[in-house]
Parts: sequence; C-alpha cells; structure tokens
Amino acid sequence: MPSLIDFRRRIRSVKNTQQITKAMKMVSAAKLRRAQEAVLAARPFANMLGEMLGNVARAAAGSDAAKELPLLQQRESIKNAVVIVVSADRGLAGAFNSNVNRGAQKFMQDQPGITFEVESIGKKGRDYFRRRGFTISGDHQNFSRKPVYVDVAAVAAKVSERYAKGEIDAVYVAYNEFKSVMTQKLQVEQILPVPLTESADTTEYIYEQPAEVLLASLLPRYVEVELWRSVLESTASEHAARMTAMDAASRNASDVIERVTLQMNRVRQASITREIIEVVSGASALK
Amino acid sequence: MPATFELEVATPDRLLVREQVTEAEAPGRDGYLGILPDHAPLLTELAPGLLTYSTGGAKHSVVVGGGWMEVLPTGVRVLATVAENPNEIDLKRAQAALDRAERRLKESGEMDISRALAAAERARARVAAAAQFGR
Repeated sequence: MPSLIDFRRRIRSVKNTQQITKAMKMVSAAKLRRAQEAVLAARPFANMLGEMLGNVARAAAGSDAAKELPLLQQRESIKNAVVIVVSADRGLAGAFNSNVNRGAQKFMQDQPGITFEVESIGKKGRDYFRRRGFTISGDHQNFSRKPVYVDVAAVAAKVSERYAKGEIDAVYVAYNEFKSVMTQKLQVEQILPVPLTESADTTEYIYEQPAEVLLASLLPRYVEVELWRSVLESTASEHAARMTAMDAASRNASDVIERVTLQMNRVRQASITREIIEVVSGASALK
Repeated sequence: MPATFELEVATPDRLLVREQVTEAEAPGRDGYLGILPDHAPLLTELAPGLLTYSTGGAKHSVVVGGGWMEVLPTGVRVLATVAENPNEIDLKRAQAALDRAERRLKESGEMDISRALAAAERARARVAAAAQFGR
C-alpha cells in the first residue's frame, strides 16, 4: 500500500509535467498562427507560377529548344532519385515526424528498382533515415524556426544542379501538408523533372521573349517555390501537430491527477477510519 | 470596354497588391510596358524597376526586383522575385547598397559580374523609388 507521501509526490510530479505541456501548447499556438499566415500568403504566388508555367510550356511544346531544357527532360529509366524529406528539428509533436518519415520510407520501398538518397530538411528525418542506413545526400536544420527563402532556394538549386548533370533522374519532396489545425496530410510530390499541368485554356499570348527563354527562367524558380511552399506547409503542420499533442497531454495529466487524488483520499480515509476504530475499541476495552 | 482591370502583385512570401486599377506600367525586360484595360494577353519577363499603377486618380508604385508578368483577359498578374512598397524602403540603406554594388562592379572579376550587375540594377530601382515616392 503506497503511503500518503507517495501519492502527494506523484501528484506534484504530474502537475509539473502538465505545466510544461500547457506552456508548450501555448507557444505552439502562437507560432502556429504566424506559420499559418505565412502559408496562406505564399500560396497565391505558387499557384500563379504553376499556371503561368503551364501556359508557357504549352506554347513552347514541341520546340526543340524547350526539349533541351535540363529541368524538363524526362529520363527514360529512373535509376537514381532523391527524396527531400521535410520533418521537424524537434519531437513532441505527436505523429508528425513519424508520419512523414514512414511515408517517405514506404514510398522508397515501393520502388525497389530505384536507388534513393535522402536530402533531409529537419533533424528528425535525418536521424530516422541515418539509423536505417539510407544514404543522406544533405542535411539541413533550423529551417522550421523561421523559414528563410534563400536557405530553401539553396537546397532547390543543389538538387536542380545534380539533376541537370544527370547524377539523379528524379526528385521528390515528402512533407506534411497543412489542411487544418486538426489534420495534416502526408504528401509525396515530384518536383523534378518539372511536372507540367495541361491547362485547358487556349489563350494566344504575345510573347515579349521567346517562350523557351521564359521557360528557362521560370523553371528553376518553380522548383524553388514548390520546395518553399512545402517547407512552409510543414512548419505550420508541425506547430499544429505539437499543439494538438500537447493539448492531449495536458488533458491526460488532468485525468491522472484526478485518479491519483481519488486514490489518495481513499487511503487517507481508510487510515482515519482505522484510527477511530482503534480509539473506540481501546476505550471499550477499558470499560 | 471595362474601365478597370484587376492587378495582382505576388512575391514568394506575400500577396502585395490586389486591386482594381485603371492603368499600369511595368518594367519589362525589353523596356517599360503600359497596360490599359482590355490589353491583349501577354507574357513577359520583368527587369528590376518601378511598377506604377493608378486607381481612380491616385497613383501608386511598387518596386519589383525582377520577375514575370502575365496579362490575361481577366487581369494582370505580376510574379515578382522581390517587391516592396516604396515607403518600406530605407533610402540610406538602399543608397549604401547601391554604392556597394557599384564598387563591386568596378572591382569584380568576370565571374560574378552578372550578379553584381543585377544587384546594382535592383539597388538603383529602389533608390529611385524611395527618392520619388518614399517618406
């Protein structure tokens, strides 16, 4: 039978934990708001750029100069590929990290003919894949605290260059898309070769520059912006996931405190009752 | 013919302008372009410079550091790599950046001359905008 002291200690310790989880929840909520605004602000540019690229690509389709563009070239067979895994630097965010890590791992294992490398954004992804013996071609940290465009662009430039050289035949990015505070959805998207969406719109444009020239300047930017958007989505998702996880943890702590308090009171009453019985029976023995 | 069209200016981290405007002038790669309502669809690369537009009499301007412009039947979209309102620009800092860029241009070897040139061009646009429209 644990004594009263033990119960008190346990309650105090759970309360301490609860204070921490509550604080983390508050911090995440504040960060989430900022991250959410950043995602929403970045979406118009990414969407418009995608549409513009589609329009230009349609105009340039078939021209030899466009086929020469390295970032558009489709390789006949994909032998080497890179998956950019966007995870968090820190844990305690529920299923956030394991979601993206497991999703990326499954994606790679489903295509046994391809040799994959992992370009990791975020410490947790790097740790996960290093432990499992994957080749890590690059490791980038501290992106999610405050994402900086040039940092992300540097990663995009690196994979684009390797792609253009022919070292790799495809590049994918795995990240948690921010749907809402409660739901984050794992996405694995191809970013190289640049997937062109066929637009139904058939407007005839006046081109100030030849379409191939426009395409050549748009493509690298597109890769950057797609990666940038993934990082922002992932950042917002991370804070949302952490907030939800910490909320659940705080509630669990309340439950534990309630249960232990109840047990403690039972034990306390039992001992009081026992003492009364002892006093009463001692008194009656004297009669 | 409609009297206005929608102008959108977006950068990778924000949507800077979304307004009904009567006219716009953009720094195209091959020279400034004026856009009026019902302009034919057009696609162009933008050079660093000043994008000006009018909304019912009032003139506004935005500094763009290069990008692309798409004129659609529904409106005009400017995708700028960087864009700022002139009143956000610190004239002193912009001037310092311009001086730095010009100095580098004089000293630099051939390797990064295009980068230095682009930086100087951007800095010049910002200084001009800040001097003209800034606080």
